[in-house]
Amino acid sequence: MRRSDFEYWRDLVWVLLIKEIRLRYKNTLLGYVWSVLNPLAFAAVFFVVFKVFVRVEMENYLLFLICGLFPWQWFQNSMVAANHHFLGNSTLIKKVSFPRQFLVLAGVLNEVFHFAASLPVIVAFLLYYGLAPSWQWIFEIPLMVLLQFAFSYGLALTVATCNLFFRDLERLVGIFTMLWLYLTPVLYSVDMIPARYHWCLYINPMAMLIENWRGVLMRGELAAVPCLVTAGYGLLALWLGQSVYRAKERRFAEIV
Amino acid sequence: MSREAAIAFRHVAKYYPLQNLALAGFKHALLHLPSHLAALWRGERYCALNDVSFEVARGECFGIIGRNGSGKSTTLGLAAGVLKADGGEVEVRGHVSPLLELGAGFHPDLSGRENIILNGVLLGMTRRQVMARVEEIIAFSELGEFIKRPLRTYSSGMIARLGFSVVVHLDPEILLIDEVLAVGDIAFQQKCLAKMESFHSGGTTMVFVSHDLSAVSRICDRVALLQSGRLLAEGPPGQVIGEYTKRIAGG
Repeated sequence: MRRSDFEYWRDLVWVLLIKEIRLRYKNTLLGYVWSVLNPLAFAAVFFVVFKVFVRVEMENYLLFLICGLFPWQWFQNSMVAANHHFLGNSTLIKKVSFPRQFLVLAGVLNEVFHFAASLPVIVAFLLYYGLAPSWQWIFEIPLMVLLQFAFSYGLALTVATCNLFFRDLERLVGIFTMLWLYLTPVLYSVDMIPARYHWCLYINPMAMLIENWRGVLMRGELAAVPCLVTAGYGLLALWLGQSVYRAKERRFAEIV
Repeated sequence: MSREAAIAFRHVAKYYPLQNLALAGFKHALLHLPSHLAALWRGERYCALNDVSFEVARGECFGIIGRNGSGKSTTLGLAAGVLKADGGEVEVRGHVSPLLELGAGFHPDLSGRENIILNGVLLGMTRRQVMARVEEIIAFSELGEFIKRPLRTYSSGMIARLGFSVVVHLDPEILLIDEVLAVGDIAFQQKCLAKMESFHSGGTTMVFVSHDLSAVSRICDRVALLQSGRLLAEGPPGQVIGEYTKRIAGG
């Protein structure tokens, strides 16, 4: 059986992605609602805590939260799911030889799909707050998705590989992403951070990303410098993921 | 590698580490640090295969027998490209279809048909190739209406039937078969054996691992006997199987 590699790889990613998406909707009553409900519930709680109780001074705070939490949710889900991309497919890895990183690729693409599916909800909130989607979204959103995808995929590949060899990682990833959320300007804006701490934003890849998502979603504005910084972190993550994966791939079948 | 060989093992060795610090988890690793470090220092490892050499000619059916833990599955894993040799060389010419543990890669929540497409692609076909054969695969599996239902409603025999049906429709060049006859009823076992014989006469190279010695002597041209990771004997089925039963009887 001869096959063109490109056609085969495309099909492999496709069937794995379809499987992930189908499984998400099978056996759950609410299906699509779940992928939207989670960030909305968080947005509601944060709104009550910071706007009603702590009284943060900000216009459209709920919209502000939603525009940050949806992309964040995509990132966090990718990280948490990454723990199981290799570990959860142990029979497959032990028995069949195929490019294993495609399991991670399909997993992260699955989260991209759900993020895209949640965009209408963001649009609904924009309209409710009297704002409108910008025509520039046509190129801004694909670019942002690409930037976040590169960073998520690189990190997910690292997590999926390392979790095979160090199973405590799963717990650490759960705790770490939660802490990371609070250290990233998702619940608060960049101007609330004192100027002398602004350098922190540059060492946090997600800070630039979330700030840019908000610019795009709320105002149709895409800032160049954060894009470049994020692209740099994306390349770094991809390099890290690929090197860890390549170094350890030959041991996968023994360890799962 | 001789011109006609499809698979060649040359002085192949495979080790598995005995101690794995990271897998044990934090607490265990800390509590047992001295013994772990000592084991790492001594480089303790389990030798699954040691200096194993053999060749499987194109179109030949090669049987591997031996007791549990003798290295049979490791040999198949190396031939499938899932495991990598630590010493020596493994050379495989042609596309390998692993018929290992029927239903590996099936998902319980997907229907039989969805699983055929998923499994077919995972085993190396493009979607177009699977689609072209899907009706044929369903007919061969004799699952009827069940094909639309989720796999978790299947009996283990039905899963094995579906798995076998996918693999035999792959047009395999090299077929690796690990204990597939252990599952399924007599009728299904006979069907499997008949299919394997037809592959054999059709020129497919096969490596067959089994504890079913009568099946091995029925379809294999040559048989290898493994014990504790070493190749003890290799030759015509009657002779090697005789050697094996004599050893078992002798304890």
